[in-house]
Amino acid sequence: MPAERLLPSTEAEDLLALTREIARDELAPRADEYEQAERFPREQFRLLGKSGLLGLPYAERWGGGDVPYEVYLQVLEEIASAWMSVGVGLSVHTMSCFALAFYGTDEQRDRWLPDLLGGDLLGAYALSETHAGSDAAALSTRAVRDGDEYVVNGTKAWITHGGKADFYTTMVRTSPAGSKGISCLLVAADTPGLSAATPERKMGMTASTTSQMIFSDARVPTDRLLGEEGAGLRIALDSLASGRLGIAACAVGLAQAALDEAVRYATERTQFGKSIIDFQGVEFLLADMAAAVESSRATYLEAARRKDRGLPFARQASIAKLVATDSAMKVTTDAVQVLGGAGYTKDFPVERYMREAKVPQIFEGTNQIQRMVIAKELRNA
Amino acid sequence: MTNIVVLVKQVPDTYSERKLAETDHTLDRESADAVLDEINERAVEEALKIKEAGEGEVTVLCVGPDRATDAIRKALSMGADKAIHVSDEALHGSDILATAKVIAAAIGKVEGVDLVIAGNESSDGGAGAVPALLAELLGMPQLTYAHHVSVEGSAIKVDRETADEGITHLEANLPAVVSVTEKINEPRYPSFKGIMAAKKKPVETLTVADLGLDAGEVGLDNAWSTVSEAAPKPPRTAGEKVEDDGDGGTKIAEYLVGQKLI
Repeated sequence: MPAERLLPSTEAEDLLALTREIARDELAPRADEYEQAERFPREQFRLLGKSGLLGLPYAERWGGGDVPYEVYLQVLEEIASAWMSVGVGLSVHTMSCFALAFYGTDEQRDRWLPDLLGGDLLGAYALSETHAGSDAAALSTRAVRDGDEYVVNGTKAWITHGGKADFYTTMVRTSPAGSKGISCLLVAADTPGLSAATPERKMGMTASTTSQMIFSDARVPTDRLLGEEGAGLRIALDSLASGRLGIAACAVGLAQAALDEAVRYATERTQFGKSIIDFQGVEFLLADMAAAVESSRATYLEAARRKDRGLPFARQASIAKLVATDSAMKVTTDAVQVLGGAGYTKDFPVERYMREAKVPQIFEGTNQIQRMVIAKELRNA
Repeated sequence: MTNIVVLVKQVPDTYSERKLAETDHTLDRESADAVLDEINERAVEEALKIKEAGEGEVTVLCVGPDRATDAIRKALSMGADKAIHVSDEALHGSDILATAKVIAAAIGKVEGVDLVIAGNESSDGGAGAVPALLAELLGMPQLTYAHHVSVEGSAIKVDRETADEGITHLEANLPAVVSVTEKINEPRYPSFKGIMAAKKKPVETLTVADLGLDAGEVGLDNAWSTVSEAAPKPPRTAGEKVEDDGDGGTKIAEYLVGQKLI
C-alpha cells in the first residue's frame, strides 16, 4: 500500500501527487535498465528541474520552492522509492546548494543561486578525501591565494555526481590551522585544472556516478569563497545535518519499495495451498517491516518539523539517519527473504534494493559517527 | 486571441479498482482515487499549445461533484487560466444528453468562445458522444477524433483518425468543437510553480439553477438511459497454450486470425 501522509496544505498534496506521477511514469520504469547499464540519469534530473523539484526547500526569492523540510523530504522519499539513485542524487544536489543559500552574500546568491535552484544545473558536494572520511577536519586539499584566484591542489573522494555535476561545493584547506583552516568554495565544473577520475565500481546505486575529483593547479576566483575563510568545516557540518534528513527520507522510500514488493509477492505466491502471507512466519516478518518503515518515517518527520520551526535538530537528524538507514538495511534484507530464491535473482528488484540499502549506512556520516553525534549531546546535556 | 474552453472530467484512477454503486448502478466515485482523465490532460495540452503559439485564454470547464476541484486544479497547474465548475447534487446520474445540455449552458457563460476542446471519450462512464451533442447544441461545426489540430486565423484544420477509415482532413471556421484522441500529444507535467500559481486562479462555481436550467431536465431520474444490471468482470481464464514444434509462429498467427485480431 502507498505511504499514507498527512500534509500541511493543498499545494503540498498537489506537489506530492505530481511527484508520484513523475516517479511512477518516468522514474520507476527505467530504474532497473539504467542501474544495470550503469547509465547516469541526467535527463531525469532535467525533468525534476523543469518540474521545480531541484530547489524545493530554498527561498522563492532565488527561484526556490519555499516548502518546509517536512514536505520536501516526503517528495524525496517518493522519488527514492521509485529510484534510489535519483532520490539520493536529489538529496545531494539540495545539500550542495546549502552553503551558497545560507552562507553566501546577497551578491553571490543573486548571481548563482537561481541557476543552482532553477533546474538546469546539477550539484555535487566535495568534502571527503581518501585519508579524511569520518575525520573530515584532516582534509588536505590546498587552496593558495594568488591575486583574485585560489590555486587549488588535491583530490576529493567519494563525490556523488563526480564528473557529471555542473558545480562542486568544495571544502579546501586555506591555512594549516586544523579544523579552523578549512574554507568552502563554489567550484564550477569547467574550472581549468579540475577533472574527474575513473568512476568507482560500486556494489549498488550503479546508475549514480561516484568518483574522485582531481584539482591540479585549478584556479577558482576568490569571489567564489562562501562564508569567511576558515568557516568551511562549520558550513560542511551544517550542510550535513540537513543532508542527513534527506538520506533518512531516501532510506524510508527504499524500504517502502521493498515492503511493497514483498507484500505483493507474498499475496500472490502460494505454498501448501494458500498465499504465503497467510503463514504467521511470513506475516509477522511483513508486519515488522511495515513497523520499521513507518516508525522511521515518523522519526525523520519529527526532526524535519523541528528544523522547520527553527529548533535545534542535529541530534534528531542523526537519530533519523541512524534509525532509517539501519531499518532500510533490515527491511530490504527481509524482502529478499520473503521472495526466497526469486528474491536472490535479478528478475526481481529486491536484491538491488538490498545492495542499495548498504551505502546509506555509510555515507553522509557513518552510522557510527551518528552515534557519536547523539552521544555527544547526551554527554553535554 | 483565441478564447478556448477545455472540457475536463474527474474520473476514477485507472490504476485503482473501479466499480459501480450497488444501489443505482452509477459510478462509485468514492471507492477509487480520483484523477483528471488522461485524455483531458491532452486536451488541456493542445489548448495550451495553441495559446502559446499566439495569444489566447484557456478556460477549463468541469461538471462534477465537489471533489472534482482536484482535477480542475491539476488543469490550472498545467497552465490553464481559469475554471468553471458546475457542481450540483441534482446532476448525479445525468445521461449524456443532460450532460451536454449543462455543458452548453455553461459555455454560454463564457464570452466570445472560439474553440471548445474535449477528449474524444472519458475513461469512466463514457459514451464518446458528448462533443458531438455539444456541437449540435451550440450550433458549431464538430471536428472529432483529432490527432492533429492547427488554428490558422479564423479557421481550424484537423486530421481526424478513426480505427478503420484512415485519416480525414477536416477544416472549419471558428468557433468550433474539437475532440482529441490519445495520439494528439504528450501532456506536460505541471511544475511546482504552476501548482502555486493555480491556487490564485479564478474558479467560478455554478449550480444547475445558475445556468438557467431546470433540475427536472437533469439527473438519474430524467435520464433517457439507465443501467439495469451490472456484474463484475469474470476472472481471467488460463488462456490457450501453444506448443512450439518449430511451427509456433504459424500457430500463434492462426490463433490471432481466428480471433480476428490480425
